[in-house]
Amino acid sequence: MHPRGFLLGEPKEGEFDSYGEVGSLACGDIIKVWIKVDKETDKIKNFKWQTWGCATAIASASAFAEMIMKNDGMKVEEAMDIKPKDIADYLGGLPARKFHCSILADKAFKKAVENYRNNK
Amino acid sequence: MTKNKTKRIYMDHAAAAPMGKRVKKAMEPYWTENFGNPNALYKEGLIARNAVETAREDIAKILGARAKEIIFTNGGTESDNLAIFGVVKNFKSGHIITTKFEHHAVLNSCKQLEKEGFKVTYLDVGKEGVVNPEDVKRALRPETILVSIMYANNEIGTVQPIREIAKVIRDFKKKSEAKPNFSRFTLPRNGAGSDASQNFASPRLGAVFPLFHTDACQAPCYLDINVERFGVDLMTINGSKIYGPKGIGLLYAKNGIKLEPLLYGGEQERKLRPGTENVPAIVGLAEALKIADQDREKESARLVKLRDYFIGRLLGEIPKTVLNGHPTQRLPNNINVSILDAEGESIILYLDEAGVACSTGSACTSESLEPSHVILAIGKPHAYAHGAMRFSLGRSTTKKDIDYVMKVLPDIIKKLRMFSPVNISV
Repeated sequence: MHPRGFLLGEPKEGEFDSYGEVGSLACGDIIKVWIKVDKETDKIKNFKWQTWGCATAIASASAFAEMIMKNDGMKVEEAMDIKPKDIADYLGGLPARKFHCSILADKAFKKAVENYRNNK
Repeated sequence: MTKNKTKRIYMDHAAAAPMGKRVKKAMEPYWTENFGNPNALYKEGLIARNAVETAREDIAKILGARAKEIIFTNGGTESDNLAIFGVVKNFKSGHIITTKFEHHAVLNSCKQLEKEGFKVTYLDVGKEGVVNPEDVKRALRPETILVSIMYANNEIGTVQPIREIAKVIRDFKKKSEAKPNFSRFTLPRNGAGSDASQNFASPRLGAVFPLFHTDACQAPCYLDINVERFGVDLMTINGSKIYGPKGIGLLYAKNGIKLEPLLYGGEQERKLRPGTENVPAIVGLAEALKIADQDREKESARLVKLRDYFIGRLLGEIPKTVLNGHPTQRLPNNINVSILDAEGESIILYLDEAGVACSTGSACTSESLEPSHVILAIGKPHAYAHGAMRFSLGRSTTKKDIDYVMKVLPDIIKKLRMFSPVNISV
């Protein structure tokens, strides 16, 4: 277990363009992600996450970060297409019961993009 | 995994305790050598029968019971089911009292009975996880058939005042005996002429119900399990929690209690549990109970010291950590703390990597993805249950083991909190 791409503490002023958060304390998984987008190319320049949750939640956040930051960052449009199944496949498969509740990175990312588009 | 670390530190004895060497040795002759069916009339059968009945007598002695009051089952869950359904099957309706933090074997049995039309009261267990006998008193009704309250909770280890609760029930029965009221009983299912209905015609009926059952699976190694002394009618004991074999348990059922079997078949175990007796496991269960009985005081005293040392260090050295359950009225081997802003399953996996085995109340590890009903029952919010860690010590646990856990755990928590977006206020 060596999670990658997480954010330590609070982000610095201007470090990211927006963030998105999903999950709840009651259900046991919360994920918050931050994005920085290159305005020229619409590529993701930086992506960081924080997770409180089970190993699947942490692993899927870490996997999502790797997936979208490959080759200097994916295009936002392309990243929006990543489905929970893609994340599970990237991790080599996940138990069925963990699928819906614990793969939250893609949803948090979509919220972050939504916030980014709205604020532009 | 850390490659060069082979030593494991096992701190999940409440889930399964390693079978003792003496237990294994006692069982050894009954697999191949003395394999006979105890119900057979020839020599092989008699040897097996003798082993089963000697085990039953030895166990009865330890429990302060009579041999015929011991029914062997395949474990704690079956014993709980036999106690509850075995009693309730004689009724068409009625009232049952239990608690919110029972083992699922009791809790889900009661939920099933609700579906079948029975009324169930689930008692609160207070902030410290100890049932108040006064609450039992208030919940008792004329139509109460059964009270089922565990002896020691399997998650937070809190020990319940079984004797006081038994006294409350006894007093309630005395009062109803003095004023016999036949209408308090609903019609038995079997209809007129059955044993049950004859029971109801007896003016001494008020002296019989409600019956008191306790699930004592976690107790035998540490607590008094003499049924005479605490006055329970039914008691569940399990082999694998007491360094005995898996797949064996027993139900103590006081002489005279009419139980209906869960299974139908041969006449074994007084027709209450058909099927060829599990001879080696029965012998092993008796041996495990004997050892538990002999070592109880010394081992409890040793573990209480380790438990309190561990709790002290956890609360002192990991910020935002709270103890779940009563600080002293708990099993000598149970430590349960909620470590906030970190999540149980992740903690377990990191500890496992470091060579430590323990368990959690987090939803992530349960099939239903529901967090621990025990932590919720003591009034803690969901987030506390997700970070609830149970360390249950055992015979092999030393202070050095605890020191090792305290060497690795704070860093694991620091790491998990580092990338945790939550900040729960204590």
